[in-house]
Amino acid sequence: MQNNDNPLSPHLQIYKWQISSLLSISHRIVGVINILAITLICIWTLSLLLGEGSYEITKIFLRSFFGKFIIVFLCWSFSFHILNEIRHLIWDMGYGFDLKVAKITGILAFIGSFALTILFYLIGKNIF
Amino acid sequence: MAQFSLPNNSKIIKGKYYKNKTESKNIKKVNVYRWNPDDGQNPRIDTFEVDMENCGPKVLDILFKIKNEIDSSLTFRRSCAHGVCGSCAMNVDGINTLSCIKSHSDIKGELNIYPLPHLKVVKDLIGDLSNLYKQYESIQPWLKTSKTDTEKKEIIQSQKDRSKLDGYYECILCACCSTSCPSYWWNGEKYLGPAVLLQAYRWISDSRDEEKKERLKKVADELKLYRCHTIMNCANSCPKGLNPAKAIGSIKKMLATS
Repeated sequence: MQNNDNPLSPHLQIYKWQISSLLSISHRIVGVINILAITLICIWTLSLLLGEGSYEITKIFLRSFFGKFIIVFLCWSFSFHILNEIRHLIWDMGYGFDLKVAKITGILAFIGSFALTILFYLIGKNIF
Repeated sequence: MAQFSLPNNSKIIKGKYYKNKTESKNIKKVNVYRWNPDDGQNPRIDTFEVDMENCGPKVLDILFKIKNEIDSSLTFRRSCAHGVCGSCAMNVDGINTLSCIKSHSDIKGELNIYPLPHLKVVKDLIGDLSNLYKQYESIQPWLKTSKTDTEKKEIIQSQKDRSKLDGYYECILCACCSTSCPSYWWNGEKYLGPAVLLQAYRWISDSRDEEKKERLKKVADELKLYRCHTIMNCANSCPKGLNPAKAIGSIKKMLATS
């Protein structure tokens, strides 16, 4: 069929988001962010190597409000990525494809990522 | 790189508005995607005011009512009207489904009807599925056996083996799943898509088929199979309640363990 000039029917523009598709795309975005975050962690450890003076600069940055925000956000992004990756591992073993199960594990991973973030925060604050 | 926005010739413009001409108070606004290959214009969304007092319960009934009473040029595919043939697959209210088994009373407010996503439009609600059919052919969806003559007449299958096909043989190839899959949108030329992979799995798991290994080897490809990222739009949209994501997962597992 010759139809190169025919229009393409709308896709992303009209398709309704599902919990599963939202989690899938956010898993990917968070994955990219985490790779960038590893660079930040490298800079942090590098500044340790370079001595007290340079570590002081990193410390001031990470202690600022913006720095703290980044750290808490990264706690969330790593938690979310790990929990969602566990879902993927279970899928790879052949379980959890049932629509209801996939929905529940998805919601669990999402809520769990916040719970883990709060846990990390409390541990960091020496609450326990 | 995938193109996320629509090309210029596919951008949707405002269409006509058909006012209700009956006395009825029970009116539903139905927005339908229209494109006519003959008038050289961009696709448009026409809005029809449909009298729901005298309309059947299904989305397909609305389309028929529009075609019979308001605009006879409205074009769509349909055949059995009972969810068996898969002809009337389209995007209703943002999710792909068969319009003949979708009840319109579930949908609050305006009703949006589009063709299946990311296909070349032939006219109005008809998308071109020839790529999908070509891919379906490529998995050779027929029984392969070395048996001959009388042996071949009836190949016996135990009930247990037969039950392995449950959840897969019911597929009617309506293409709701494949056209709901973002991976298939961006890599439709190479990635086989959920519908075809579910069919591939149906033949791989058939106890009577003798080419299981060859079939597996054929789909074991970075692009053909592993573009599935378990987004699960396929299982969410399947009007027959099947689960292509599970079938694809099973193929991946077979490949990993064989």
